[in-house]
Amino acid sequence: MRRAIRFLRRNETVEARNFEPRTTLLDWLRLTERSTGTKEGCGEGDCGACTVVLRRLVDGRLVSNPVNACILLLGQVDGAEVLTVEDLAADGRLHPVQQAMVERHGSQCGFCTPGIVMSLLALYETGETPDRQGVTDALAGNLCRCTGYRPIVEAAFDALGRIEADPFAQRRLEVAEALAALRDEADVLVGDERSFFAAPASMEALARLYLDHPDATLVAGATDVGLWVTKALTDLPKIIWLGRVAGLDAVMEEEATLTLGATATLVRAREALGALDPDLDELMRRFGSQQVRASGTVGGNIANGSPIGDLAPALIALGATLHLRRGDASRRLPLEGFFLDYRKQDRQPGEFVTGVTVRKPAGRQVRAFKVTKRFDEDISAVMGAFCFDMADDGTVREARIAYGGMAGIPKRARAAEAVLTGAAIDDRAAAERAVAALDTDFAPLTDHRASAAYRRRVAGNLLMKALMEIATGDDAATRLIAHREVRHAAE
Amino acid sequence: MNGAPDGPALRHVHRPLPHDSGIRHVAGAALYIDDIREPDGTLHVALGLSPAARGRLAGLDLAAVRAAPGVVAVLTAADVPGRNDISPANADEPVFAEGEVLFHGQPVFAVVATTRDAARRAARLAAFDIAEEAPSLTVEDALARGETVLPDYAFGRGDVEAALAGATHRLEGVLRIGGQEHFYLEGQAALAVPGEGGDMLVHSSTQHPSEVQHIVARALAIPDAFVTCEVRRMGGGFGGKETQATQWAVIAALAARATGRPCKLRLDRDDDMAVTGKRHDMRADWRVGFDDDGRIAAYDVMFNARCGCSADLSQGVVDRTMFHADNAYFLPAARIATRRLKTNTVSNTAFRGFGGPQGMLAAERAMDEIAARLGRDPLDVRKANFYAPGRDETPYGQSVEDTDVLAALVEQLEADCDYRARREAIAAFNARSPVLKKGLALTPVKFGISFTLTHLNQAGALVHVYQDGSIHLNHGGTEMGQGLFIKVAQVVAEEFGVGIERVRITATTTAKVPNTSPTAASSGSDLNGMAARIAAGTIRQRLVDFLCETFDVAEGEIEFRDDRVFFGNESLAFAELVKKAYQARVQLSATGFYRTPKIHWDRAAGRGQPFFYFAYGAACAEVTIDTMTGEYRLDRVDILHDVGRSLNPAIDIGQIEGGFVQGMGWLTTEELVFDAKGRLATHAPSTYKIPVASDVPADFRVTLFPSANRQATIYRSKAVGEPPLMLANSVFCAISDAVRAARGDGLAPLDAPATPEAVLRAIVGAL
Repeated sequence: MRRAIRFLRRNETVEARNFEPRTTLLDWLRLTERSTGTKEGCGEGDCGACTVVLRRLVDGRLVSNPVNACILLLGQVDGAEVLTVEDLAADGRLHPVQQAMVERHGSQCGFCTPGIVMSLLALYETGETPDRQGVTDALAGNLCRCTGYRPIVEAAFDALGRIEADPFAQRRLEVAEALAALRDEADVLVGDERSFFAAPASMEALARLYLDHPDATLVAGATDVGLWVTKALTDLPKIIWLGRVAGLDAVMEEEATLTLGATATLVRAREALGALDPDLDELMRRFGSQQVRASGTVGGNIANGSPIGDLAPALIALGATLHLRRGDASRRLPLEGFFLDYRKQDRQPGEFVTGVTVRKPAGRQVRAFKVTKRFDEDISAVMGAFCFDMADDGTVREARIAYGGMAGIPKRARAAEAVLTGAAIDDRAAAERAVAALDTDFAPLTDHRASAAYRRRVAGNLLMKALMEIATGDDAATRLIAHREVRHAAE
Repeated sequence: MNGAPDGPALRHVHRPLPHDSGIRHVAGAALYIDDIREPDGTLHVALGLSPAARGRLAGLDLAAVRAAPGVVAVLTAADVPGRNDISPANADEPVFAEGEVLFHGQPVFAVVATTRDAARRAARLAAFDIAEEAPSLTVEDALARGETVLPDYAFGRGDVEAALAGATHRLEGVLRIGGQEHFYLEGQAALAVPGEGGDMLVHSSTQHPSEVQHIVARALAIPDAFVTCEVRRMGGGFGGKETQATQWAVIAALAARATGRPCKLRLDRDDDMAVTGKRHDMRADWRVGFDDDGRIAAYDVMFNARCGCSADLSQGVVDRTMFHADNAYFLPAARIATRRLKTNTVSNTAFRGFGGPQGMLAAERAMDEIAARLGRDPLDVRKANFYAPGRDETPYGQSVEDTDVLAALVEQLEADCDYRARREAIAAFNARSPVLKKGLALTPVKFGISFTLTHLNQAGALVHVYQDGSIHLNHGGTEMGQGLFIKVAQVVAEEFGVGIERVRITATTTAKVPNTSPTAASSGSDLNGMAARIAAGTIRQRLVDFLCETFDVAEGEIEFRDDRVFFGNESLAFAELVKKAYQARVQLSATGFYRTPKIHWDRAAGRGQPFFYFAYGAACAEVTIDTMTGEYRLDRVDILHDVGRSLNPAIDIGQIEGGFVQGMGWLTTEELVFDAKGRLATHAPSTYKIPVASDVPADFRVTLFPSANRQATIYRSKAVGEPPLMLANSVFCAISDAVRAARGDGLAPLDAPATPEAVLRAIVGAL
């Protein structure tokens, strides 16, 4: 048992053994280390001013991920290198990302700038040269209120064009070695029985610990739990972080199924799901921001039970089985059965999600649409996911339809499914009956994202749109962004 | 000197120098209030906020708050030794609620504790006893109750009723225009450090240090001279730190006075959004009469402005709505009326454009309605109504002297952006596209430059030249990212003919330049640039006089350039000259003072010349909407904007682009939602959506219109802070145009912001 967390900071190993479990990385940086380059803009992982980069060894490779330090718990940096904006310039020379930001007039008030620099650093460190959307995706989690972004996007392209041997890059090998040296298979527990930050290293240790402390808070990415700390000021005396549990993040592909481990990040989920269908790739592209996807996990998004989480409806439409474990006992259930009521899930004390298995589309027609006020980094007003198994004669053999934002839980549209089963895909009358059936399936609410009337109408229109697209094979005429053909062609 | 001819001799102004803090920004080395190293023993302050929007504050039990870990002091209205009021003019806005609460989230008390976390936790332990009343939340609520913060006010000219009656066509409509949260990235913050004998140093993220100084002194019941307010930079302001920064500075100072220790108050973002004012939302009820060409005969408009719980700056803001109700259009007969409504919501305040955007949007709506009625291209209707020779007097009596500028600018933009061909291409696209529809709009901006409160049009600067030739620059303007500091430094470098690196830019402080105006109304570089030039010019003249006496040269032979001074066949390094002048006992420090000429305004008569000049611009926006969901994409934007002769083209383009995108957010995705209890439901970036990088079109063309300001402004430049925001009216009008294409039966009502829901509602009538 290790009694401290360890991470790499400015070429030195930091061991933290006395901290409140709920301490955030940002507070540690600003209040303890007194590095004030990293800013707090919102304290909820939405503005990106606090973006820092975590570098970890993944399969022997050094991987850089941008994260929102404001909602990341300090303990979660165990085993990583923490890079902040102060660390980039070497020998008085700005990093290419910084240099390009200055030359392009990419900062005005400068408060979002450290976060933007760090998001661009993470992009730069991938070594890839994305297209414009790749750049705006990397920046979707960084709000700038001054510039209008044009100079920042241009700075990104300038910097990505200058990937050369900068002194910063030369240090990568040393960092990889230092991180390798930090590796161990120990369970970590900082604190005592009453209050702790724990990071078990195995599934067994996790199962045991959680059974002993069913009142503990399980944390995967902390993209939601972080806000309990910063906004609700919830005291979380016992935290079990899942990030060290070996194998819990596994992504396993079999012939007919795909299994995503509970702690697989949304970045990895995007890779795996995106390969199944372009709409799933687009859905995951618009899921949170790069920072949120790099931290947030599949299991966290499901176990959290949000009525508007985008993952659950998509997985339910595909057909998904959830895996749970409590002590030594495991069970599985259809994902839709897990969501009982608003923020109430079928999960026992001491029980945790280990993963989810989805059926690959395998010829089934998939459509997924996310409707928001703002395209990127916004929570869905309505999210509709559709999966149709088509017979050769153009009739629907099986319809699976699920929505987010339409009920207190992610929910299947069983009445609409029933109407469509057996109907021809281009049967306009059946489509209209199915849309009408959505009123049986759902009674949505009015809130600050949308009115009930809008949600109802859009839910119907999304179903109609899915049917139109499948019937005509043409989605260029019905989409503002991301036509399926275009994306296929690009792949 | 104001009319000094510019020419090739200029080396420092008109150049695209980077922001003076650019390198510090990207390195994380630029300090904001919360980054200042805290003095030993600094305490932290958190607010206790009203859980009700309206009612009598019958009791407040703070025992649990006081007993919480780390708590050092708790402050309420009773702990304010001076006036419990942060209002700039009307004595109607308490520091802490007293007797009654006026809005949900109103500060009622403050906790001072050893850590910020402790203070925030303690602040939630209060027990309120509020006799709640039904709050007044909307324009309609306030109209029904007849509650206002300021008297109704109107101006205009001509017999509007007769002109309407005599017009060939008449239209009327109602346009609801939403408010806007500033969402400066750096939230409100202040650090108060007590000194000896009652002195108080306040670091505040404020656009108006003099007002912070004054109101802190007023609340502490000490003379202004005891208080110093300093600000090096803000992480964004946009008007949201003109009056709204004061309360936090006052509370920090009260806490510092009560505890004798430095005290810092930095608002959490959710609190910041709940407790600080926003852009005024308004309902514009309008009528217009016009001829077959779409030329307006009469315009009658009432702006019902929701001001919130107090007057704050609403007089100026809503007056500016009136001054811009014409936008760029001549109104032969006009009645421009306003009501300044009181609601149980946070007091609305300054926001980039300061009321102008609302006035202009209503005018653009009227243009689109006229065009739809006549079946004409909206651009033709707009052009038919532009100010022109003989049709050049505003409804408030100011004559528009440069009507040619906007006409030429719009002609050029129309040609450059290929407006007519694209209009046809869009019609063809719409004919063959059932689900997606495109829209196009080209809208103008005419924006009046000057504070309409005439006395604010003054500025001071302080310049020191030290013996090594380095220059210390200070002025009353504040830096909030807009590039004011580099622009003024360029002016000073120009005056002395020295490299910009020789000019040290310093924090704004009331101890160096007193009685300053807020950095607002786009006036920062106009006013402070001129004051700094005068200060530097005074020192320069002393150096010239010294050279003339010492080296027996004529003034006309002396030239300051390249860090040297040239005279006759000789030259001296600037630093050498300075050293010699010092030894000859020449004063190397000077103040500069500037006041804007020509302006005057008689509010009672509703006539005058409130503006020194107008800034112009135009934008063309193309959008595509999804008629099944109401979602939309901005496909392309072309902007041509008039900044006179730019002091710094890179900074100015940054202002234009940033202003446009901010305006676009206001009119599209930024929606403020208050629930039935008056609680702001969109109190964080998770629910309040400002534009992100992908919302800005890849095809975004911004060009400066080449022209010199006719008025003798600093190097013939024009103000740039606010006018570009209203270029975004083109986006709203383009969306409306696409909705029209989707419906095929004319223009449908569309309110701002045009969220996807609002767009879908406009398309289908009712959801």
